[in-house]
Amino acid sequence: MKYNVDERGYYGDFGGAYIPEMLYPNVAHLKEHYVQISQEASFQKEFKALLRDYVGRPTPLYFAERYSEKYGTKIYFKREDLCHTGAHKINNTIGQILLAKRLGKSRIIAETGAGQHGVATATVCALMGIQCIVYMGAIDIKRQAPNVARMKMLGAEVRPAQSGSKTLKDATNEAIRDWINNPEDTHYIIGSVVGPHPYPDMVARYQAIISEEIKSQLQEVEGRDYPDHVVACVGGGSNAAGTYYHYLDRPEVNIIAVEAAGKGIDSGESAATSALGKEGIIHGSKTLLMQTPDGQITEPYSISAGLDYPGVGPMHAHLFRSGRAEFISVTDDEAMTAGLELSQLEGIIPAIETAHAFAIFEQRKFGPEEVVVVNLSGRGDKDLNTYIDYFKL
Amino acid sequence: MNRIDQAFQKDHKLLSIYFSAGHPHLEDTTRILELLQQSGVDMVEIGLPFSDPLADGPTIQDSSTRALENGMTTDKLLDQLKDIRQSIDLPLIIMGYFNPMLQYGVERFCKRCSEIGIDGLIIPDLPVDVYHENYQALFETYGLYNMFLITPQTSEARVRYIDEVSKGFIYMVSSASVTGAQSSFGDPQAAYFKRIASYDLQTPRIVGFGISNADTFQTATQQAQGAIIGSAFIKFLENEGVEKIPEFIQRIR
Repeated sequence: MKYNVDERGYYGDFGGAYIPEMLYPNVAHLKEHYVQISQEASFQKEFKALLRDYVGRPTPLYFAERYSEKYGTKIYFKREDLCHTGAHKINNTIGQILLAKRLGKSRIIAETGAGQHGVATATVCALMGIQCIVYMGAIDIKRQAPNVARMKMLGAEVRPAQSGSKTLKDATNEAIRDWINNPEDTHYIIGSVVGPHPYPDMVARYQAIISEEIKSQLQEVEGRDYPDHVVACVGGGSNAAGTYYHYLDRPEVNIIAVEAAGKGIDSGESAATSALGKEGIIHGSKTLLMQTPDGQITEPYSISAGLDYPGVGPMHAHLFRSGRAEFISVTDDEAMTAGLELSQLEGIIPAIETAHAFAIFEQRKFGPEEVVVVNLSGRGDKDLNTYIDYFKL
Repeated sequence: MNRIDQAFQKDHKLLSIYFSAGHPHLEDTTRILELLQQSGVDMVEIGLPFSDPLADGPTIQDSSTRALENGMTTDKLLDQLKDIRQSIDLPLIIMGYFNPMLQYGVERFCKRCSEIGIDGLIIPDLPVDVYHENYQALFETYGLYNMFLITPQTSEARVRYIDEVSKGFIYMVSSASVTGAQSSFGDPQAAYFKRIASYDLQTPRIVGFGISNADTFQTATQQAQGAIIGSAFIKFLENEGVEKIPEFIQRIR
């Protein structure tokens, strides 16, 4: 079986482009050009240079001695939290802004939930001097004030999404509507491996730098280019797609995806899409999503704003259905506890999204000689208020 | 003959009306249809509400959300329409996003539509290629037409492909926009309507998006066989109520 995208834009049963005709010309244009443009020598040169000099890549692969000792296995952290802007999100926005320039686009739109992708988009737009409009749910704007301020300081316009549940899925709808209304000059930088083909594949390719680096870094320290397990948290799934990318077709590597169970899978307040989702269509992609029996998309819940997306990227839906990946869900409480433990064992305060990935060591045991790589996808500064409230700090 | 084809044999420009089923009130569906028929409209699109209508502007987003809050579901709508052919002989089209139909079961949905006497479907997020490959045979088995949208950005080759796959009519989106976006038509629209008219397509064309009054209806139908009014009608229902529908229709004609 093949785990990466096929020539029709599907991962097994999932993916495709279920879009209104109004979006067809733009999406078709992207589909025709994204691979070729991304592979051009001049693109690669500029992309790699910016990742090195501006983002700070390669990010370290850090052997976590105290953490490994506690859990009795060999654990490495891939330090995406050290990227400029504090998370892996910028790998994708650098790639897409370079693509947008080559497509001759002069206006950028994006959606954001917690604000991380919005900040990463505003950052690259400032860098390139391109107009930037970020759609954000009206409720999220209130919850994530510091990131709203960051985007504004970077020169972006933040537009509230007032429709539906006023969160990430509605911000995505608004961005899509903006693109329908502005089909000529605008490029839509989607922040995760979601949306119509070619977005899931395009974003995965720009994030694939993560596993490309893991390969060479592991080769140096372990004498082989693969771990026994790769672990990442999954909301839409962009950091996970990047972490898994070069290992998708390497059966010797076990893939572990960690979802947010919120207050518990059966609590009615959860974001564990693999457990609770059914096949359907969201934002132009056929995938697993949380919905009513009548096909209305429902609002997920997680303490982490970056994981409360009602769907999951089609790559991950395929990894789940085919059994290629092991899916584990982690509650709010387990994630918060893991975030505190990581802070105190290793001196790293993780984003709450990321803390979910670390919580698995309490429920999943690994052998003493096994090598586990966890993607430390983002730093926790943005979540300090949530940590403060939760731990009464 | 499908009622949609019959409608196009009339010697006037067709007026088609869209509304969100379940809005303003859950049980308004049949009364709205009766009044539309009495007022002399030629065709109706019944909107099956969806939580995330990404091709729609604020008016239809809002009416969809409220319809869902009122308790509208796919089953509920099909039940409301169960005996509709005893009183309504207008062409009836169900317009909705694909996910609710997928969850209902596409074949089961088509079968129920066919039993009720629905003439066709408009599914904005089911692209023509996917339809052609996976669903056309099924729709044809149940005698349902499926209508597609084109926009000013749609290439000639794709317009011709859509023309080939289409039955009933082609839904010409007036400009690059979501529904309900504009209030008048300018030169770019005129040029686009003319360009499409010059292709000499086999399928009749109806213009939609941005038609709100007699003026825009008039302009839109100069190069097309009819026009669809949605958002303006929904606003009218909200402000004036269902019983005033004949007034709205008289103003257009």
